[in-house]
Amino acid sequence: MTLQVERPPSSQEPKPHTVPHQRKWTDYFTFCTDHKVIGIQYLVTSFMFSFIGGAMAEVMRTELATPNPDVVQPEFYNQLMTLHGTIMLFLWIIPAGAAFANYLIPLMIGAEDMAFPRLNAVAFWMIPPGGLLLIVSLLIDAPQAGWTSYPPLSLVSGQWGEELWILSILTLGTSSILGGLNFLVTIWKMRMPDMDVYSMPLFCWSMLATALLVLIGTPVLAAALILLSFDLLAGTSFFNPAGGGDPIVYQHMFWFYSHPAVYIMVLPFFGVISEVLPVHARKPIFGYRAIAYSSLAIAFLGLIVWAHHMFTSGTPGWLRMFFMATTMIIAVPTGIKIFGWCATLWGGKINLNTPMLFGIGFISSFLIGGLTGVMVASVPFDIHVHDTYFIVGHFHYVLFGGGILGLYSGVYHWFPKMSGRMYNETLGKIHFALTFIGINLTFLPMHPLGMQGMNRRVALYDPKFQFLNILCTIGAYITAVSVLPFVVNMVWSVFKGKPAGRNPWRALTMEWQTTSPPAIENFDEEPILWAGPYDYGIDTQMLDEDQSVDELLAQASAEVN
Amino acid sequence: MNIPSNIVTLLIGVTITLVSLWYGQNHGLLPIAASEEALQVDGIFNFMMTIATGLFLLIEGALIFMIFRFRRNEGDETDGPHIEGNVPLEIVWTAIPAVIVFMIAIYSFEVYNQMGGLDPMAAGDTGTQEIAHHHSPTGNANLIALDSNGSEIALGLGSSPERAEDQTLMVEVNGIQYAWLFNYPDTGILTGELHIPINREVNLKIKAGDVLHAFWLPEFRIKQDAIPGRETQLTFTATRLGEYPIVCAELCGAYHGGMKSTLYVQTQEEYDQWVQSNTLAQTEPLKESVATNPAPTSQEQFLEPFVEQMGVEAETVNQLHALHHEM
Amino acid sequence: MQSSTIDESQTVLNYSHDADSASGHHEHPDLRMFGVAVFLVAESMIFLGLFAAFLIYKAMIPEFPPEGTELELLLPGINTIILISSSFVMHKGQSLLKNGDDVKGLQIWFGLTALMGAIFLGGQVYEYTHLPFTLATNLFASCFYVLTGFHGLHVTFGLLLILAVLWRSRKTGHYSSEKHFGVEAAELYWHFVDVVWIILFGLVYLL
Ligand code: HEA
Ligand code: HEA
Ligand code: CUA
Ligand SMILES: [Cu+2]
Repeated sequence: MTLQVERPPSSQEPKPHTVPHQRKWTDYFTFCTDHKVIGIQYLVTSFMFSFIGGAMAEVMRTELATPNPDVVQPEFYNQLMTLHGTIMLFLWIIPAGAAFANYLIPLMIGAEDMAFPRLNAVAFWMIPPGGLLLIVSLLIDAPQAGWTSYPPLSLVSGQWGEELWILSILTLGTSSILGGLNFLVTIWKMRMPDMDVYSMPLFCWSMLATALLVLIGTPVLAAALILLSFDLLAGTSFFNPAGGGDPIVYQHMFWFYSHPAVYIMVLPFFGVISEVLPVHARKPIFGYRAIAYSSLAIAFLGLIVWAHHMFTSGTPGWLRMFFMATTMIIAVPTGIKIFGWCATLWGGKINLNTPMLFGIGFISSFLIGGLTGVMVASVPFDIHVHDTYFIVGHFHYVLFGGGILGLYSGVYHWFPKMSGRMYNETLGKIHFALTFIGINLTFLPMHPLGMQGMNRRVALYDPKFQFLNILCTIGAYITAVSVLPFVVNMVWSVFKGKPAGRNPWRALTMEWQTTSPPAIENFDEEPILWAGPYDYGIDTQMLDEDQSVDELLAQASAEVN
Repeated sequence: MNIPSNIVTLLIGVTITLVSLWYGQNHGLLPIAASEEALQVDGIFNFMMTIATGLFLLIEGALIFMIFRFRRNEGDETDGPHIEGNVPLEIVWTAIPAVIVFMIAIYSFEVYNQMGGLDPMAAGDTGTQEIAHHHSPTGNANLIALDSNGSEIALGLGSSPERAEDQTLMVEVNGIQYAWLFNYPDTGILTGELHIPINREVNLKIKAGDVLHAFWLPEFRIKQDAIPGRETQLTFTATRLGEYPIVCAELCGAYHGGMKSTLYVQTQEEYDQWVQSNTLAQTEPLKESVATNPAPTSQEQFLEPFVEQMGVEAETVNQLHALHHEM
Repeated sequence: MQSSTIDESQTVLNYSHDADSASGHHEHPDLRMFGVAVFLVAESMIFLGLFAAFLIYKAMIPEFPPEGTELELLLPGINTIILISSSFVMHKGQSLLKNGDDVKGLQIWFGLTALMGAIFLGGQVYEYTHLPFTLATNLFASCFYVLTGFHGLHVTFGLLLILAVLWRSRKTGHYSSEKHFGVEAAELYWHFVDVVWIILFGLVYLL
């Protein structure tokens, strides 16, 4: 990965320079096949749903401020809890990962679009109906068996709500598969001629791993849900013990997807962090290949650990031991990433702006979630804390502390590219501070709660747990408030922010070589791979001190034309 | 790269180690441990907590340090050093976590084995296999739970390999939407609360009547799902007198949160007395004891005595049967 | 810009250019077959999931299929032979097109394939209507209907693909030895359906 300015093959004659078209705002509401439009569509839609899922969480937390079920009925609580989990996972964090993938992959690899643009648009347009099915179910008879929907409970607690849930997940799952297919083919086959796999940005590596998991895992969930549908509607009993079926089979099929799914949720943001940190620390990523391969290792291991969600279920002892061992090994590739990121920061020139703050916040909170993850992987300890608030604490730390903080980091980092304008740094920092305090206050007390004996998915609990629950509730309110500066910042900056220019961060990955926002065809001129994605610290030695990346770029393209 | 002098590194390392060791023992996060096995679980948790504290301090400390030490100066537009990696360092931070998780896994295996989780295998030569051979009434063998001899492997916790299996108290546990029922086959007692004598091994055979439930004893650190159509078990020995909560830990419907009961660990005398008074009560007309009427149709009556504890209104309990679908 | 060899047909997998593109980009090769193959990997995971469930039930339940739900072998056996041979018939049509630009040959052999597929489906419907048990009779019956039914759905879809290819092939020049994505995709899909059937037949009827 050295500085290389290559003249493209002579057959490619310079094209007449066309004035880049700009998007009309109406394009964002149509079946548009431009990957950048689709990326924004994914991002905005997923945030819309996050407000709904988040509002549900706030109602739940309000209910849990007191031991009695006085704010909402227990039954309604369960519906909120089910929809909150489902919306947050399938309508916020997974589509948000797909948003970045859509927006960034073609730009990063110098392609003009995805491999199958129309399929891409189809994948996006399955999200709103899928989400609406869930929301509509609130009016009819919402599902109330948890996001895991274990039978037999899911078979007896409201037929139509459950069926709507199944249809929604099948729709969203299909969308996910079509998206994954596109990412895989695009990354694998559409890199610009000079870019080998080791000069790809790490985000592409992590999306490669994600796409593989999506393609292998999601169809199995579809199979499970098809069978569940038959049990629900056609009177079969695949999972119904009353007719000779076995609920444990469902659990195996469900978790065969849903464990890998947690890596589907977090791997894209591992990729985002690998992009954000080097840029704002002005240092190459530490251990490129180790971080690239650890994504694949996580994906592979992620496929063989699913029964760690079933340690107290119908899993015989020796299987529990097997799954404990495989689960714990995941700490090794994940640790490689964490340490690699820390080493990237070490000795750098850290610019503590909003993306960087969220990036560091990501490492610090994901670490907590990961460490509790290894704890619950230990069978004897998991037997104690399974299905308690300890688990709720664990997964919010990895999901919010990992996924969502990474998501915010990426949103701020690429905001100038997507909108062409800078966001407001002060509001961004307020957003970070409130979020970081809020989530830690919400989710840290959940760990002692769980260990002390508070089970999850309850609307009523023992009064002795009230104090810690109030802390959680206060934290949840702070998190809700934190959304305000974020939304204000985004909306205001899109219209009024100061123009960003091509490359405000002086970053080296390809997406920064084009205009902000990028032209419809992505690059006005043939993009040039003139440096590795993380070659920070070279230009200062080899070239004039005051020559910025922008100028270098201009010089490079002048040489070519 | 700017590595602090050896002395400072050493001091930091020693401090982190000491703090972790101390915190790992003094976190105060776990409730009372009422059995030998619970103490072992606490042992593994403390061990993991020590490691986690160490890693937490190391990494969070490094992050905070870097935020201050490696801040970019205002106006400095240059890059940091061009360091792309360091293979020996990367090998170190791959190997150390690998060793750590290996240790955690071995330790967990040991504890789990002590708790009786691998009972049939561990007991293969001592001949205490009966526990594993109770066939569930439907005749289903357990899912992928067949060993090469075709005999079943326990689902749940069996006897600890070290404990001579004599005089185990058997109790049949049945979870139904929103209550636990306990049946003592030796004495014919049927109750809604679990009474056991101290220092005697207890073996619970757990079943479910409608949907999934999970039988959890927080002070004993043990939990096992109750699965309709299949039998699971828990074995434990209480070593501390007192009353302990029994909690249902698997979502089982709207009043999942109210599905609680109490475990009484009593001295042998107290226990015998309880057995006696209850065997008498059971021979009298059934209406005395709420728990002797487990027919699903009488859920509301059954739950009435628990309404106080559950903190729900009487009417909401009455709504239960509307909720309780025919299974 | 060199004109692409891509067939601008109406499939969703179709690579399309924005109308307003005056692109100066290198043309990437046709990736649609690669896409179809990746898609089939995902599809096969659905079947794998269903087969795994079936095998677990089989291992768990001593008598599987239980009495009264045993299956007849003759008709499904004939059906299987028809379906497997149709794969070869289809391949013949495809190679005629590829090697000799023989659209007529393609039509004949694909037509034959479609006919065989239809016979297979007909046979399955006949079997369904003559079985002594229904979807909810017992676990085995449910497995049987869901597995074969889900596969039947795939056969139907494959059949529609073949018919679409036949329909399009009426236009001269639509398919040629250089332009045959639709033909190849339909064939790959059909082979996939065929392989799934072989496994399914082995599991449900023979095991
Ligand atoms: C983004 C989502 C995400 C991620 C990344 C993870 C990551 C991990 N999870 Fe988590 N998990 C969930 C989401 C996630 N999880 C959810 C949603 C549930 C609950 C589902 C439900 O029931 O509703 C769950 C539940 C869950 C369970 C089941 C608990 C139960 O229900 O009883 C288990 C058990 O093993 C587990 C383990 C792990 C492990 C070992 C990791 C590992 O990947 C973590 C690895 C990371 C680290 C370890 C930190 C960094 C590493 C180092 C610094 C190196 C050194 C470290 C050591 C040597 C320890 N998780
Ligand atoms: C990415 C995933 C994700 C995220 C981000 C969150 C975010 C939050 N979660 Fe959630 N949670 C899950 C995934 C997630 N959760 C899952 C999978 C479950 C398991 C479900 C199950 O058991 O089946 C769960 C369960 C769960 C529980 C346990 C329920 C139970 O077991 O009984 C609780 C309890 O406190 C909780 C709380 C919260 C809170 C307070 C937040 C907060 O951080 C939320 C912060 C709020 C916002 C981000 C939005 C705020 C905005 C507004 C209030 C404005 C509203 C405006 C309009 C409507 C226009 N969650
Ligand atoms: Cu029974 Cu929860
Ligand atoms: Cu998992």
